[in-house]
Amino acid sequence: MSEPQHHIKLAEESLQKQTTTLNLGPTHPATHGVFQNILEIDGERVLEAVPTIGYIHRAFEKIAERRPYYQITPLTDRLNYCSSPINNMGWHMTIEKLLGIKTPKRVDYLRIIIMELSRIADHLVCNSVIGVDTGALTVFTYVFQLREMIYEVFEEVCGSRLTTNIGRVGGFERNFTEASFTKIHHLLTLLPKGLKEFEILLNRNRIFMDRCIGAGPISAERALNYGFTGPNLRAAGVDYDVRVASPYCSYEEFDFKIPVGTNGDVYDRYLVREGEMWQSVSIIRQALEKVEALEKEFPDQKHVFYAPEADHFHLPPKEDVYTKMEALIFHFKMIMGEIDALPGEVYHSVEGGNGEVGYYLISDGGRTPYRLHFRRPCFIYYQAYPEMIKDGLLSDAIITLSSLNVIAGELDA
Amino acid sequence: MGRPVQYNTKIKIVKMPDGYTGEGFFATSFDKVVGLARDNSLWPLPFATSCCGIEFMATMGSHYDLGRFGAERMGFTPRQCDMLLVAGTIAKKMAPILRQVYLQMAEPRWVIAIGACASTGGIFDSYPVLQGIDQVIPVDVYVPGCPPRPEGIIDGILKLQDLVHNESLRRRGSEQYKGLLESYNIQ
Amino acid sequence: MTNEFIKQKLTDKFGEQITNWEEPYGMLTFTVPAAQNLKVMQHLYDEETLRFRFLTDLTAVHFPDRKGEELSVVYHLHNLVDNARIRMKIFVPIETPDVFTASQLFSAANWMERETYDFFGVNFVGHPNLIRILNVDEMDYFPMRKEYPMEDPTRIDKDDEMFGR
Repeated sequence: MSEPQHHIKLAEESLQKQTTTLNLGPTHPATHGVFQNILEIDGERVLEAVPTIGYIHRAFEKIAERRPYYQITPLTDRLNYCSSPINNMGWHMTIEKLLGIKTPKRVDYLRIIIMELSRIADHLVCNSVIGVDTGALTVFTYVFQLREMIYEVFEEVCGSRLTTNIGRVGGFERNFTEASFTKIHHLLTLLPKGLKEFEILLNRNRIFMDRCIGAGPISAERALNYGFTGPNLRAAGVDYDVRVASPYCSYEEFDFKIPVGTNGDVYDRYLVREGEMWQSVSIIRQALEKVEALEKEFPDQKHVFYAPEADHFHLPPKEDVYTKMEALIFHFKMIMGEIDALPGEVYHSVEGGNGEVGYYLISDGGRTPYRLHFRRPCFIYYQAYPEMIKDGLLSDAIITLSSLNVIAGELDA
Repeated sequence: MGRPVQYNTKIKIVKMPDGYTGEGFFATSFDKVVGLARDNSLWPLPFATSCCGIEFMATMGSHYDLGRFGAERMGFTPRQCDMLLVAGTIAKKMAPILRQVYLQMAEPRWVIAIGACASTGGIFDSYPVLQGIDQVIPVDVYVPGCPPRPEGIIDGILKLQDLVHNESLRRRGSEQYKGLLESYNIQ
Repeated sequence: MTNEFIKQKLTDKFGEQITNWEEPYGMLTFTVPAAQNLKVMQHLYDEETLRFRFLTDLTAVHFPDRKGEELSVVYHLHNLVDNARIRMKIFVPIETPDVFTASQLFSAANWMERETYDFFGVNFVGHPNLIRILNVDEMDYFPMRKEYPMEDPTRIDKDDEMFGR
């Protein structure tokens, strides 16, 4: 057997180098969103990772300095677009804190229903994506069926499915219709069945558990130092939830538990999110009961859907806008942003799908904010990704990425 | 959540092109047949960056089901796909990558810009956002909306199917097409 | 843990260096001289009765009218155990915006400081990797400063006269 005539010239350096540089590029089926990681791997083991972000930087904070307050609500939608109502409500609550408006109880309960529904929607996507990355593709298809029903409720309330732009300062744009309450009740019967199906498919599945337990762990001390919040922090063992620590929107009246993990690995994050979904179903049930009890006790509460103090921020009813001159002018002034806010400096945070979403607003009394900064949980905890996947396998790096629930819109803003 | 198919038992088949039928043969022109084959088996490459990507995922799901139009296989590699579905905002940092993905696709290739951000930059008229992907790659269909409803996305794909069906076989080698690619600096 | 208690503990240790005590909407806010920021944060971290061990947010604000103090870096700190939040501000001039980095104390500050550098040009002394994070690497100006417009300066198709802004 003679030697082949052509000589393959191997580059000197690739003979010396023991590791491979792999580009987990911005366009990759497993990175759900656009962020890049340059991995240094030795066979299957990840030695180092250098993340690059900014591929969808849209300069929200700069845009917010040019937009009046209501025109910023669609911007907040696009932060964590899987659970956009939470961002909208957080923003409206920030403005309410600035102006000193107190919302009536019915508005609070309705807001809680919408926020918990969007939290369920967000966690459904994240958990099913962990399933997809481990190879379990079925759950993803089932989950989108459930999400369609949640979208139907959003459509009843505000008209839009995904990026909702829901609510106004002080409440909602219109009262919830009978149909929306019927749909929420129907959803409360379907959600437990859907979540149970999810549980049966994945929770005690041998392959899923083997893949996920021990992958991408982080300890509680490191997580706190990295500024983790939300399900990722709770999976590491720290029970910090903004809904309980600094209650907003009447959350203190509700009875719910905070699921907490131990290791901070992928399996714990999956279970924490699933536990939170069950808790959200219970919160929605309690909120519905409270709304009904309130309406029974004070029948005229049925028509309350925004705070009366926020009248100057609230669009007049459409019948008036089309018939009365003052209402038309007022409507125009409000949409075009000719209503000024008070000067002040306020920081408000809500518990979003990924953790503490904070709004730091500095207003100088004009029609637009002087400075608006979004405290985005994804941006802050994604820094820990290289540490989490160090010395793990490449496939564990992939599922760690999807279990962190990194949403590109929130990462780059 | 599953139930047997009870109502949709009538399945629609694509219309046969005009031709000359005989005993055991059917003669028609080549481009009609190729057009028919191409438009009902467009394999999409989802280039989903932000919120429109989630609506695209919902379109792919079982409720709106893009698979029934032939887009069953979502290939994530540009080498194997016919149409590039750009869904979401494209920032200036991302534009060279989008161009590279487009260049890696083989002819014939089509591009759909889903959503307001991909079509014109959307609500983000700020400095880092590319004001429409047609500044870097040629686009065939624009689907407006923020995000467009899944029915809108399906409408866009159906319009693309019309385009594909009626496209002449010589188009990709024609002077006009070459001129289009020249204007984008694509060889 | 009340705001008075925190204020008392800080004045005991740092005295007159901490100025401009305010409580907008219930959150204790104070200004620290730029060179002392790490010392104050370290004290807030180590002191057993204060325990501000969580950095919630780090950002900057540009005040072009305050001559000599144009850039302000704002830290939001949180005590998770006693549930107290405070806001610490420092002011630096725009010609020499040097601030000591907090990334040794809080790993969370790493990217937050990169973002602040990217947007405002605040130079964090001692940061392991102070390069642009969100904008394109070739950008040579700091876009969030007030003198720059929101739109791309090279854009010709958007007509501000029509839109009356």
